[in-house]
Amino acid sequence: MKVVIMGCGRVGAQLASLLDADGHEVIVVDNDTNSFKRLPHDFGGTALLGNGLDEEVLKKAGIEEADAFVAVTQGDNRNVMAAQIAKHIFNVPKVVCRIYDPLRQELYDMLGLEAISPTTIFAQLLRERVES
Amino acid sequence: MYIIVIGGGRVGYYLTKELLNEGHEVLLIEKNAVICQTIDEELGSVCVQGDGCEASTLAEVGTGRADILVAVTGDDEDNLVACQVAKHKFKVPRTIARIRNPRNEVLFKKLGIDATVSTTTLILEHIEELMPSHPLTHLLMIRDKGLEIVEVKISPESATVGKAVRELSLPSESILALVIRKEQKPIVPAPDTVLQAEDQVIAVTTPESEEALRAALRGA
Repeated sequence: MKVVIMGCGRVGAQLASLLDADGHEVIVVDNDTNSFKRLPHDFGGTALLGNGLDEEVLKKAGIEEADAFVAVTQGDNRNVMAAQIAKHIFNVPKVVCRIYDPLRQELYDMLGLEAISPTTIFAQLLRERVES
Repeated sequence: MYIIVIGGGRVGYYLTKELLNEGHEVLLIEKNAVICQTIDEELGSVCVQGDGCEASTLAEVGTGRADILVAVTGDDEDNLVACQVAKHKFKVPRTIARIRNPRNEVLFKKLGIDATVSTTTLILEHIEELMPSHPLTHLLMIRDKGLEIVEVKISPESATVGKAVRELSLPSESILALVIRKEQKPIVPAPDTVLQAEDQVIAVTTPESEEALRAALRGA
C-alpha cells in the first residue's frame, strides 16, 4: 500500500515508521526539515519538505496513486482541509485525519470525513483507568 | 441583515466598518484579545474574542440566525473550516471565504462554500490592468456562469488591424461586446466593424477560450 502522511510530529513519525516496518510505501510531508529527525535511522520511506495544503506538493508526494492519506499536523483546520483535498480532489480511497476539537470532529464525521479526536479517546481511556 | 465576520485583521476591520455604515447588524470574531479590544474601542462593542472555527463560539454569538458569514482571516484553512461549521452546523444561508491560494477556489466550491474571494487573484488582475503591454486583461469573473469579461488591446503590429469583425476566427464561446476607440463613443461591434490600431476590445468569454480569443484578435 502507498501511504502519504502529512505532518511529521511524534504521531506522524511513529505512524510512518510502523507502516514502513509493515512493508508499505510511505511518504511523509512536513514543512519543517527538523521534524524529519524524528524518523528512525532505518526508515525506508521518503521524507518530503513542503506544505501539505499545496496541491503541487501533494502531487509530488504521489497522492494521485496513493491508497491512503493521513493528516496529523498540529492544526485541526490544516488537517481538515488537507483531508478534504485528498478525498475530494484526488479521490484517495482511504483518508483519515486528526481533529483535537471533539465538536469539530463530530461535525466532520457527520460530513463523511474519517476523523479521530485524540481528546475524546484519551479522556475515555483515562476514565476507564480511573474507574477500574 | 445579521452578518458575522471572522478575523479582525485589516480586511475584517474595514469590512465590519463598511457593513456597520450600511446599517447591518455585524459581529466580528477575533482570536487576539488585544486586537479585539482595539476594535471595540473604535467601532463600538462589535467584537467577540474567540475562535471563529469553534462551534461553541459560533453558538454563543447566535450564528443560527445569521444571514451571512464572511471568513477573512489570513489562513485559507481557517476560513474553510469557519464556513463549513457555519454552513453545516448552523445552516447559515450564505458563506463567503477569503482565500490566498487561488488554487483553493475549486476545492472551496466543491465543499459547498457559497463564494470565495481570492486576494491574490484580485491583486494580479489589478496589476495586469496597469501593464499597458499586457495583451489580455481580466476585468470581471462571472463565476456562477463560468464566464469572464476581458479586454484585449489591438496593437499597431496586430494582423487584425483593418479587418472586419466577420473576418476574425473567433472561438464560439466568445462574444465581442464593445470596442472602445480614442476620442469616440464606444461602439457595439457589428460584423462589418473594422478594427483599428489601439482599439480596446471588451469581450465575454469562457476561461477555456481565452487563449483562442486572444489569438483571433491579434491575428497571430
